[in-house]
Amino acid sequence: MQRKSTIAFFMALPLIALIATLVLYPAGYAIHLATLNKSMERFVGLGNFFFLFKRETFWMVVQQSCIFAITAVIFKALIGFVVAHFVHNIPARGQRKWRGMLLVPWVIPPAMSCLAWLWLFDPSYSAFNWILALFGIEPVPWTGHTGWARFSVILVNIWIGAPFFMIMYLAALKSVPEQLYEAAAIDGASWWQRIWYVTLPMMRNIIAITALFSLIVTFANFDIVRVLTAGGPIDTTHIFGTWSFRVGIEGYDIPLGAAVSLFMVPILAVAAVFILRDITRRGNES
Amino acid sequence: MASVATAAGGIGPKPKVGSISRDRKWALRWSYFFLVVFAIFFLTPPVYMLITSLKTSAEISAATNPWWVFNPTLENYAELLGSNQYITFFRNSALVSVIVVALTMLISVPAAFALSRMKFWGSATLASGVFLTYLVPETLLFLPLFKMMVTFTEWTGIELINHWYVLLLLYPTLTVPFCTWIMIGYFASIPKELDEAALIDGAGWLQTLLKIFIPVALPGLIAATIFAFTVSWAQFLYPLAFTTSADQLVLPVGIITSLIKGDVFNWGQIMTGALLGAAPPLIIYAFLMDYYIAGLTAGATKG
Repeated sequence: MQRKSTIAFFMALPLIALIATLVLYPAGYAIHLATLNKSMERFVGLGNFFFLFKRETFWMVVQQSCIFAITAVIFKALIGFVVAHFVHNIPARGQRKWRGMLLVPWVIPPAMSCLAWLWLFDPSYSAFNWILALFGIEPVPWTGHTGWARFSVILVNIWIGAPFFMIMYLAALKSVPEQLYEAAAIDGASWWQRIWYVTLPMMRNIIAITALFSLIVTFANFDIVRVLTAGGPIDTTHIFGTWSFRVGIEGYDIPLGAAVSLFMVPILAVAAVFILRDITRRGNES
Repeated sequence: MASVATAAGGIGPKPKVGSISRDRKWALRWSYFFLVVFAIFFLTPPVYMLITSLKTSAEISAATNPWWVFNPTLENYAELLGSNQYITFFRNSALVSVIVVALTMLISVPAAFALSRMKFWGSATLASGVFLTYLVPETLLFLPLFKMMVTFTEWTGIELINHWYVLLLLYPTLTVPFCTWIMIGYFASIPKELDEAALIDGAGWLQTLLKIFIPVALPGLIAATIFAFTVSWAQFLYPLAFTTSADQLVLPVGIITSLIKGDVFNWGQIMTGALLGAAPPLIIYAFLMDYYIAGLTAGATKG
């Protein structure tokens, strides 16, 4: 027995080493870094945080990160749910083809697809504005004006993320026993009663887990905002990830950047606790 | 959904048998209608990439219909595939992704085997710990990692920053936790009798892993490989922060920093480069869709 557990420990050792040195250590190191001054020679305590609290841009980033993540996740979940239902509705032999087509935005690397969106949003050659012009609508400043730029980054985020929700919900829909629907139909349930009393309760877990995951990833997003607006116009579309890059790498102020990124931790921790609770509960059931 | 409602239920209760099938037919028509609408929304950007990649710069800057190609040309493709720079980006991306996939499998498969079958002190905690590390985003880690690499160079004199191989250290932090997690799931679903039988027959642990677990859990292994490859291929933040010289860049960063020069956007080439850069994951997806989706739904991937 002793030997077996020793072998097992050595088999897991590379994993432990990787997690310890390249995930756990840097995570703790971020806290230490955030308490140093710009040249990383002097300890300044909470100085970086107080400096951030006094800056208007910081509060804008907090606000924009929340708007960005919450709006995008809600719409991804809604669109994913609706599309999953439509795919589930059609005959089984056609489903594979549609599912395959609808997942494409998720498969393309985000940095690449965001370039396509950037070109669709181009100030002078926007292909969307060309269509709008056919209806006599003024050109829209997709990435040039604060309100529209915020709308655009959220739209692209929804475009990339909704197919993922669709796949997850579709898998969940398939696992709802057909008898439940038959029973509901016999009881005279209308279509929305079937969704409200049968589908939603059966899918509650998967909806919650997917939404929490997506919340974490959307909150910590980098690619979309970086490629589409790089935080502009005038820093109004920055989220935590892109702003800490701007401050830490481009502004050579690693401690301040680390301080910015640490503000993601509370919301990530809350979501992680809920996810972990669900995972252990599912583990206990099986 | 509301439209389906009016189609399926709004006609009112009709006792006739035929009405159910007619309602069903209308629900089906509406489903197809909305699927087409969503497919247009989801496929417009990639299709527009393709359209633009087939145009000359003259046609792109002309005020013609942007949604149509009047003089299709493969000029952009020829130019990009003939340029050493683009080939370098592609080579770097391929090299990094393939090595990272190999490293990931070498780390996560034995670890998953140990965690799912051979208990040791702290193994249960480690299993959920693996999952938690998967939730730590790269936007939180890149600054401390950057500083760590700088310090490492100061101590040892080995240059890491601004070399493509620094990515070999960074990408496994994204791929290993998830791959270990789904492999634990796949290994745990293998019946215990199977490895007990192997043990009775005198097989060692290594033989049990290689001859029983890996073949039986092969679908999971493929799903994990695909995941590791697509994540490495698509990663954008780490190469953007850690590499700057043109010959060390991987595709996503290379296209954005080298093809966009100041305010001059050569959109034909940018779209061609992006499309070719998106091709490897798309091709893998086209051929191995079921494995791709199995990996996606297995552990609730980052979304």
